[in-house]
Amino acid sequence: MTIRTLRDHGQHYRPRMACLKKVEAFVVEMQDPKSGVKASDQKLNITSIPHVITGQDILAWIVTKMKVTTEEAQAFGTMLVAYGYIYPLQNHRKLVLVADSTLYRFQTPYFWPVQKWPAEDIDYAIYLAKRNIRKKGMLEPYEQEHYNNLHKWMNYKWDFIVMQATEQYKASKERKKPDRVVLDCQERAYWIVHRPPRRTHSGMDYGLDRLIDPNAEEVLTYDMVRRTNIFLTQALMRSAVKSSVSLTAFVKYVTTHHTHDPLLTNPVPSNPWITDNDEFWQLNMRNVDIPTKLSVERWALSFWELISDQRGRADFKLFLKKEHSGENMAFYEAAEEMRWGAATAIPEKSQFIFNTFLKPGAPRWINIDGRTMGLTVKGLDCPHRYVLDAAQTHIFLLMKKDTFYRYLKSPVYKDMQKKALVPAPHNFTDAQLEANAKNRNPGISPIVLWQQQEAEKAAAAVAARPIDVKAMVATNKLDRK
Amino acid sequence: MCDQTFVAITFGPCDSCSENRPLMNLYIKTEPINYCSLCMEIMACQDLAGGETLNSLKAETESLRKRLEEERKKLHDVELEKVAEKAEALSALNLKTRRTLKGHANKVLCMDWCKDKRRMVSSSQVPAHPVFNSSQEHAVSMPTTWVMACAYAPSGCAIACGGLDNKCSVYPLSLDQNENLAAKKKSVALHTNYLSGCTFTNSDMQILTCSGDGTSALWDVESGQLLQSFHGHSADVLTLDLAPSETGNTFVSGGSDKKANIWDLRSGQNIQSFDTHESDVNCVKYYPSGDAFASASDDATCRLFDLRADREVSIYSKDSIIFGATSVDFSLSGRLLFAGYNDYTINVWDVLKGTRVAVLFGHENRVSSLKFSPDGTAFCSASWDNTLRIWA
Repeated sequence: MTIRTLRDHGQHYRPRMACLKKVEAFVVEMQDPKSGVKASDQKLNITSIPHVITGQDILAWIVTKMKVTTEEAQAFGTMLVAYGYIYPLQNHRKLVLVADSTLYRFQTPYFWPVQKWPAEDIDYAIYLAKRNIRKKGMLEPYEQEHYNNLHKWMNYKWDFIVMQATEQYKASKERKKPDRVVLDCQERAYWIVHRPPRRTHSGMDYGLDRLIDPNAEEVLTYDMVRRTNIFLTQALMRSAVKSSVSLTAFVKYVTTHHTHDPLLTNPVPSNPWITDNDEFWQLNMRNVDIPTKLSVERWALSFWELISDQRGRADFKLFLKKEHSGENMAFYEAAEEMRWGAATAIPEKSQFIFNTFLKPGAPRWINIDGRTMGLTVKGLDCPHRYVLDAAQTHIFLLMKKDTFYRYLKSPVYKDMQKKALVPAPHNFTDAQLEANAKNRNPGISPIVLWQQQEAEKAAAAVAARPIDVKAMVATNKLDRK
Repeated sequence: MCDQTFVAITFGPCDSCSENRPLMNLYIKTEPINYCSLCMEIMACQDLAGGETLNSLKAETESLRKRLEEERKKLHDVELEKVAEKAEALSALNLKTRRTLKGHANKVLCMDWCKDKRRMVSSSQVPAHPVFNSSQEHAVSMPTTWVMACAYAPSGCAIACGGLDNKCSVYPLSLDQNENLAAKKKSVALHTNYLSGCTFTNSDMQILTCSGDGTSALWDVESGQLLQSFHGHSADVLTLDLAPSETGNTFVSGGSDKKANIWDLRSGQNIQSFDTHESDVNCVKYYPSGDAFASASDDATCRLFDLRADREVSIYSKDSIIFGATSVDFSLSGRLLFAGYNDYTINVWDVLKGTRVAVLFGHENRVSSLKFSPDGTAFCSASWDNTLRIWA
């Protein structure tokens, strides 16, 4: 029985532990008397303990068997200890593999972690009660805490638990001393793995239970099968692309972005995380006057890259202003805002967009084909967040296939290419690096930047409003008086 | 250029109930129909018609699957390794821990970067929830343990987090360091079981969440309204990721049922499904171009799935890697795949050639979360050893 404690949120199923089977096979090989790890007898606190292995032997064996580096073998060995297949004899709380003469023993298969049966609380209660008897009430603090908790929650069973504990204690007293020591060690190791004390990293500490049992066979009802059929019919009708086409696209993407990846090509002037100098970030900020050459090259890769970079988007808008076709970008941005914005703002925004972009004779009328326009205007009768999708896609593709290429050939872009900075790579001495590390600063808070951006947007919106001539004349009249 | 109205109708009158709703594009035999999600469910749950039995339906599933496999086989004309021969070999990487962030008193479960590339938010097993920056700026205490999901808003002005409380709450951040953030908390999402992942969409106003109850959902932050829910996983949903592409209408989710599903945000339809993993899918991440995604699973492999060809294209595994992968992320160009594992290590894979490039050691307990900064200059790994490490 597992205790349903305060943490019960309905999740009671252990996640799959797919590694256990593979590790078990491995551990069995390790224990092979001929080809496994060499074991010997060792003296520890007067008693002689059989089949003891040292850390370095384990490590050497793993390196040869798995053909890996020492560090990887170290990591794997630590996992063997963390899952409880091997336990340390001295620092029994630290579940790591130390690659020297530290002593370990193989855990008996009875105590190996098993997928099906978790370590039950009742067994732990019996163990703690037995330990309590043996140590005459002197348990470790974390054990004491667990003991008190279990005593409270399992009070109704406590007689049974104490009876079991005394039985086991008596039985163990009848064994020979070396056997008793070994069994005690093994049991203690098992419980350290399954009920780890603070600061012990145990492999069986898997986190939360799952709500739905991942190990149970799924029972298929007819509606589930029907849904699968609907899904498969839809999948069949959807067209897929040839592997050669899509895989070549990946290779192309990787190749074109190779120079932009800071891990593959050293960023200029330097990676801020390595040298503690944030010039790289300063040069790529949104409102910088002259962008870096790398940024400018990146804008040319695709239309999406251009508008994802805020500096690039600003440059593109400048170009559009010169061409007097700024309404496309403005419509795109307004539609994006509506799509990702708050639900309550939708009717208002859709009205604004209709008046500014779609209405015949609107001040920033966008040029889309009749069919799309018809669909959109009809949809605006009951506006929802995706009502502008068709129009937005049309405008986006228009900008992507036509305006973008004209931008790349335009004087605005060519000018920017010439002006773009190529910052010199930093070459800091060790002393300078230390000084940089001392002068780390967090930079402008994003909240401040956001507020600035909002203020700019509001100012731009006011400026973009169509000028009301009558009002202007009226004010002039007032001024004259 | 003007022929752009190929766009499938995603909203409008449903073919069966005639109400204006988000529509799923389905097919009966080969005829296209547009049903809203409710009518689709009704259609699925109809009583068995005369002559139909559970076995006959299952037989239909088998035949459909066979046909789908044949179709996909016809398009499968080359392997990734072959195409990747053209790609140049990688030079050795020199990655080291540049910062170790120690501020948590317990296992760090999740982290997320801010768009300003420097700040991040991380959440842990006990109620203390620092917003880091190299130095800790804020800490929010949550009234629940196991905060498994956290996200930074695109504007940098708010964070969202949730876990065992079944909710996703949004906390607006402020410039004042001493302000009590818990006071301004806003509960947005409500599921029937633990929250396993959350992310903001392209703005601060919408949150996408996934939960242990097997569903994912899209919420409006201001009103807390449920905008769309996504049903299809048969076990806990453990992870999700939003598509980076220009249309930005899909997301991928992975669950304990070994499947990774692609969903349409607008209609709630499950568009594609991949079930080649042998154990729980712990983490999914889109490829930077948006045409593929990688997944990390408890079966100790990471796999790359091609969305356009609708198949798995690569498996990143080694005989010596036995313990499950918990988190995965791509470098900026998509050439490198970083995966954090339960054996306390981070493996770096060459995406195209399928080989392992490096192993990173340093953590003292499992790596729970791994994410690249928005400009790709560094990545951060969060671990159950109570620390976060930034590598570059």
